[in-house]
Amino acid sequence: MTEPAAARSVISLAGIRKAFANGVVALDGLDLNVREGEFLSLLGPSGCGKSTALRLIAGLMQADSGRLLVTPSAGPPAEAWHHDVAYVFQEPTLMPWASAFDNVWLPLRLAGISRADARQQVCEALSGVGLDGFEAAYPRQLSGGMKMRVSIARALVTRPRLLLMDEPFAALDEITRFKLNDDLLRLQQEHGWTVVFVTHSVFESVYLASRIAVMTPRPGRIAEEIAVDVPYPRTEAFRTDPRYAATCQATSAILHRAMGAAA
Amino acid sequence: MTRADIVAEAQDAGQRLAAARDARRRERAARILAPLVVGLIALAAWDLIVRVNGIPPYILPGPALVLDSLVNDWETLWPSLLVTLEITVLALVVATFGGLLLAVLFTQSKWVELSFFPYAVVLQVTPVIAIAPLILIYVDNVHAALLICAWIVAFFPILSNTTLGLNSADRNLLALYRLYGATRWQTLRYLRLPSAMPYFLAGLRIAGGLALIGAIVAEFAAGSAGTSSGLAYRILESGYRLEIPRMFAALFLISLTGIVIFLMFTLLQHLILRRWHESAAPTDD
Repeated sequence: MTEPAAARSVISLAGIRKAFANGVVALDGLDLNVREGEFLSLLGPSGCGKSTALRLIAGLMQADSGRLLVTPSAGPPAEAWHHDVAYVFQEPTLMPWASAFDNVWLPLRLAGISRADARQQVCEALSGVGLDGFEAAYPRQLSGGMKMRVSIARALVTRPRLLLMDEPFAALDEITRFKLNDDLLRLQQEHGWTVVFVTHSVFESVYLASRIAVMTPRPGRIAEEIAVDVPYPRTEAFRTDPRYAATCQATSAILHRAMGAAA
Repeated sequence: MTRADIVAEAQDAGQRLAAARDARRRERAARILAPLVVGLIALAAWDLIVRVNGIPPYILPGPALVLDSLVNDWETLWPSLLVTLEITVLALVVATFGGLLLAVLFTQSKWVELSFFPYAVVLQVTPVIAIAPLILIYVDNVHAALLICAWIVAFFPILSNTTLGLNSADRNLLALYRLYGATRWQTLRYLRLPSAMPYFLAGLRIAGGLALIGAIVAEFAAGSAGTSSGLAYRILESGYRLEIPRMFAALFLISLTGIVIFLMFTLLQHLILRRWHESAAPTDD
């Protein structure tokens, strides 16, 4: 399902270049547009600068040149920005000394919301990822999949408009990953998030995304884009759908072309 | 997603923990019994050697005589212990707060760290026994001089460990804090200080032992110069008078103090870290 052309632009990158202090050029000539409500997958080989692109969008890094515009919500900008954008790392990135509740509370705590005032929102977020009853658990008591759920709960507790995910499920086993994929899609449909999802998995991209942007090896830029014209909600049945197989094949071909072009 | 799966997963983890608990109990018993047996054998051997060879008490007293002296000389040893203990504890308290404060300052400003850290190292690598006579000359109050000596040795492990800990906060968590617009103070309080806690506690455990050593060394350097009569002074005094059993008794008290300090901080470390840090976590196998 392609988004209607009228959908508001959330992310607009044009001619982005980013080189690191050691001289490695991570990105060069990166153009990317993301519209509201889209689930965009940024697909590419390891070290192609996908994560760098995501960090630029999050404002965790500055581009050397190019134009970057991120407007997560339609409302008045600036002051609400910290609440409108959420970031999920490859590792759960939880504070080991804090309970699941306190980890999820963090974004609200940093915004000056007391523990008591945050209680309802935090519990809702935890129950949204299927972790009600685990508020008091410490990260080391949780499995890898559960830790990732806490990480996602922390991302959704501020009710963000834009969700940036950096290979969030790459370190998980396949069964857990499939489950979390479905949960993520359900939550995205529920909340109407715009998602940018970085991954190196073709299958994950096709299963999740409404559009896939394939990146070239370093220096990274967008090689080609492909729309996944299958409407949501998508379920486990989609994995055996002929359209799924066809899109995976087409995406793999694009990825190979992108890698070949640089070689 | 099924909640049942998650609950089953948690129950599974619970069973593994129960099995680990039994193994842990056995290990704890061995941890106390094994060194106890070694200690008793050593004491018996000591006693035997003294008896068989007929060694006079002014050369090597037997363990029973040392115990005897500990009881009989308690009137002089106890106040001395209090003096040494007071210097140790005060030095440790000042070193803890000073080290912590300076470490925080270091991480807030690279320039402060670059400017002052080398001098902290100089202070650390210069043997306290070499500085003590100078400090005793320039500081009139012997008590204060001893305190300064003990502080110098105890200060560094806290400073260096806490600095390392404050700088070892997870990079992605730091990024997350920035993303959510955290202030410097929030990042310090909610992220850097908790990250530094295990390092700080390890430093504290080292500093506890070092503060005692610093206090003892400084007392030796002060010798009979002051009115101070700590345990080290008792050792010197007993040495002059060839009261060897009392030397051993004082030595025993010093060791005991060191052990108690170490155990206290080990317990503190365990209590604070047991819920989350790997070092205090029970082993799984």
